[in-house]
Amino acid sequence: MPTVNRRDLLGASVIGLGAGLAGMGAGALIERETSAPPAAGPDTAGLNGSRLEPFHGRHQAGVETSPQTHGLFLSLSLRPETDRSGVTRLLRLLTEDAARLTQGRAPLADPEPELAEDPARLTITFGFGRDLVARAGRRHVPDWLAPLPQFGIDRLRPELCRGDLLLQVCSDDPTTVAHAARMLLKDAEAFTRPAWQKAGFRRAYGSDPAGTTARNLFGQVDGTSNPAAGSADFARLVWGETGSGQQFGPRGAPPTDLATDYPDWLVGGTSLVLRDIAMNLDTWDEVDRPGREFSVGRSLSTGAPLTGEHEFDIPDLSATTEAGLKVISPVSHVARSRNVDEPAEQIHRRVYNYHSIPITGEVSEGGMMFASYQASIHRQFLPIQRRLDEADLLNAWTSPIGSTVWAIPPGCDAGDYIGSRLLEA
Amino acid sequence: MRTSRPLFPVISAGLLSIALSTSLAACSSPATSQDTSTPGSTVATTASAAPQLTLTDGWVKATDEDMTSMFGVLTNGTGADIVLESATSESAGMVELHETTTDPSGSSTMRQVEGGFTVPAGGHLALEPGGDHIMLMELREPIEPGGEVAVELVTSTGETIPVTVVAKDYSGAQEDYDMHESEH
Repeated sequence: MPTVNRRDLLGASVIGLGAGLAGMGAGALIERETSAPPAAGPDTAGLNGSRLEPFHGRHQAGVETSPQTHGLFLSLSLRPETDRSGVTRLLRLLTEDAARLTQGRAPLADPEPELAEDPARLTITFGFGRDLVARAGRRHVPDWLAPLPQFGIDRLRPELCRGDLLLQVCSDDPTTVAHAARMLLKDAEAFTRPAWQKAGFRRAYGSDPAGTTARNLFGQVDGTSNPAAGSADFARLVWGETGSGQQFGPRGAPPTDLATDYPDWLVGGTSLVLRDIAMNLDTWDEVDRPGREFSVGRSLSTGAPLTGEHEFDIPDLSATTEAGLKVISPVSHVARSRNVDEPAEQIHRRVYNYHSIPITGEVSEGGMMFASYQASIHRQFLPIQRRLDEADLLNAWTSPIGSTVWAIPPGCDAGDYIGSRLLEA
Repeated sequence: MRTSRPLFPVISAGLLSIALSTSLAACSSPATSQDTSTPGSTVATTASAAPQLTLTDGWVKATDEDMTSMFGVLTNGTGADIVLESATSESAGMVELHETTTDPSGSSTMRQVEGGFTVPAGGHLALEPGGDHIMLMELREPIEPGGEVAVELVTSTGETIPVTVVAKDYSGAQEDYDMHESEH
């Protein structure tokens, strides 16, 4: 996936500034940056507004894309009168908007075109709910495109479990996200009504080296076992494709048939389970560090399994203490979520934290939008979720309050629109 | 005209290939825009090889009333001025070319332009809300968001240029036509 090299970009921005300041060489600016802050002039260190993620392609962006800082999930319900032709017009409009916005170009009829000029890796990802697919014909609906089975840990609020069209809008710049969302929603207005929306965040661009596993609001390193972008693991586990290369993660080679049940319109796509998980920060505060690490099975400081030293060390679920107890508790999150014998049971998590300050009551409300991408909900997501539902120490502090399931259609080429193979099937 | 500043003010050699491969370079100039990704912006060419007058980024305001406005960027690919003299559409009983003028009191008035729109040699003319635009009147049916409207642009030399523009919801470009009608 072509992304702009960070070092090149920094160089370009410094050169750009140098060109604007007569007589000041780029070398002098670089020298200053590493020694002392410049006395005058704009700070161009870490400029990233012009960074782009491609929109067109075999797969939609925003899945394998390294997660941007800000994520907004917009769930829309189709108006009753929006028929197949209406859905087609809607998707043509939104695809056109997304193709332009993500490349730093204002959409047609944008009254604030300047706000489109800094995409900062903006991606806009479309997800189809059951009813949207059904409006193109019920025969096109995969059987898994339906609410998940109810779990004992669920505290679902019905209003957070609705929607026919999901727009996942991600960027390193929150102003870009707001503008993109507004442009999309204006074009969607004639066809849809908002169902719910949730904004989240991760570490800001520049806080950590790119690719650093993020932390959630419990302070945990969260997402260590994700398949690597561009790997054969990712191709098999998320896109249901064979992928190139024979390098696989420690869990072994995933099967190549995870998406063989996809209807034609979905080939090149994937599935998304989106869980809104409330995290009780106030009761988590009552737990001391050993208890926190015990509940997850990992070190808080490094994210390493309690049986290892480094984040990516493989958890040894059989290791015991001198007293004969398991080092990693069999009911810890790590132990319950892993099935070391079944390489299919892996998912790609693309999580965004959220946090709000209530007017009264708790100190603060936090949670995460747990976005889980996988080729097969039945063979990948559900076995893991069932185990966590049966037992997971972390359940004491977390409650799923929203849950939606989406088909992520394949990407499209220039001139085409997202969902064309469904609407024109 | 809608501004489209270059995304990379200074493009290093290393970035240039990336910029080109993602069609970045094309967006700084409508004249070189490929625009294959723009269903609403039909690039029309006349019978000759080189495009004479083209419309890019074309759109029309969706409406269920009997009139609306159309916008876009006209580009003259020739070395001589081209005058867009009129336009017709199967969707509208009457089509006019309008300009917007602002009087000393600050209120703006829309009126039919005298002599058409002149698109300078090798240059552009932006049709946009609050400025020059094409009025479609006596609409035969509502123009739905995401729908398409076909229009024929007619130059002073009699050339016709078919274009298709997409309809978008837009709450600006408000036309109080009755008020302006009395000024005609």
